[in-house]
Amino acid sequence: MAEQVAVVAATNQGLVQAMRQNLNNASAFVVALALVISVLFAGLAKAAVLPTERADVLYHAYEGDGVTIDGPSVLLRKNIAGRVSISANYYVDTVSGASIDVRSTASPYQEVRKEKTVGIDFLNNKTLISTSFTNSSENDFEANSVYLGVSQDFFGDLSTISLSYSKGWDVVGRRGDESFEEEANRQKFGLGFSQVATKSLILGFNIEHISDEGYLNNPYRAVRFLDSSTDRGFSFATETYPRTRSSTAYSINANYYLPYRAALYGDARTYNDTWGIKARNFRIGYLQPYKDSWLFEVFVRYYEQDKADFYQDLFNRPNEFNFMARDKEMSTYNGLTAGISVAYEWQFSQTATFKKSSVHFEWDYMKFAYDDFRDATADAPVGEEPLFGFSANVLRIFASVWY
Amino acid sequence: MNLFKKSSIKLTLVASLALLGSGCASTLESLNPLADLEPWVKPYERSNLADPIMSMNRNPVALAYAKHVFESREGARGADGGAGGGCGCN
Repeated sequence: MAEQVAVVAATNQGLVQAMRQNLNNASAFVVALALVISVLFAGLAKAAVLPTERADVLYHAYEGDGVTIDGPSVLLRKNIAGRVSISANYYVDTVSGASIDVRSTASPYQEVRKEKTVGIDFLNNKTLISTSFTNSSENDFEANSVYLGVSQDFFGDLSTISLSYSKGWDVVGRRGDESFEEEANRQKFGLGFSQVATKSLILGFNIEHISDEGYLNNPYRAVRFLDSSTDRGFSFATETYPRTRSSTAYSINANYYLPYRAALYGDARTYNDTWGIKARNFRIGYLQPYKDSWLFEVFVRYYEQDKADFYQDLFNRPNEFNFMARDKEMSTYNGLTAGISVAYEWQFSQTATFKKSSVHFEWDYMKFAYDDFRDATADAPVGEEPLFGFSANVLRIFASVWY
Repeated sequence: MNLFKKSSIKLTLVASLALLGSGCASTLESLNPLADLEPWVKPYERSNLADPIMSMNRNPVALAYAKHVFESREGARGADGGAGGGCGCN
């Protein structure tokens, strides 16, 4: 975690709606699961495979809007007896600096987030069942989550259907306030389908429904309201969010193999939630191998969203509405990302201990432009400050070995 | 009350599907309008598809991180590669 503020009392109506939504979600998930089981027993099932055995060591860095986040990530995977695969991931974010939200109201800070995941995959009767447990820990935030997924190939291995469910439990704290402790629970329901369309084309479709309940604010972000008693003409107050949120996202994707050994891919997603946020994004990318060892990739991704119903850059007074937000991720904005990467691979004997290894360098440039979030640190009349925008650089440098 | 009615309908549907799935494969196939459809890409025609450049999850450790960055900077979430959740390592 790394930001946001405010506590809201949930209304009885909100809780009933959340319970109803969760029950509906659970029912829909069970229906989908029954469909998959039906397909399996109908004798259409074909091969599934365990994930590849490999080890990865990655250094990641994000720098933008006054914030630097970097750290390592290590992922190990080992198969046992051809039917079970175990994995472990250790990931660290070291955050320093202060984003525009924090610069307006507080001081820069430094903190560390450590995330640990262990997972097991079972290959049984040609069905792949995956489960994992994740713990994420920092000084003001603790999150645990469990994941269960089922994946099945059928129709001569041309079709794959996958279902997933995960549940998470968060405990939210606030630096400098030992008495502050809030909780949030999260549930995710996923359904995926992919289809081999031709000898060179794979198509995919995904739906994911997420429902959250509890303290959903960021305890370090605040709303801005007019206050003529201050020099700047405004002050900040605690944000107030609803205590429930449900979202549904739909995505499609396609991968196409070009005649001269290169690949073109694209995806698109549409999103909406009960807070009024509507979003969509598109991406197109191109992969070009060179000789046997090099692989180059470029992509462009565009994202845009409409604001949450209760978002405003400037309110007239504190407690003006039941729900109030000024988190810039709740506003209307768009983002453009362009990425390039290069990888070099060494192939060894298939009978050797290490069969393959590679090194990778990946760089993304991101640029965000906000339509109704103003730079409150600018020297301008209140409400007339320039609209905010920023760019960021993201690096991923890693080495991998297959065994 | 309406809530329980809806749940009952769904449970009935689930039970029906489970019955279909557990023992009546031939019934299911006879109801399936795609039953006569044959896989049109044969196993020996899949060398292009098997090339690692056709996999979106070639490098799980990097993909999980890239997904985390977008989720942190954007209001939208979910359906961004596989049926989401968990560590994203698959």
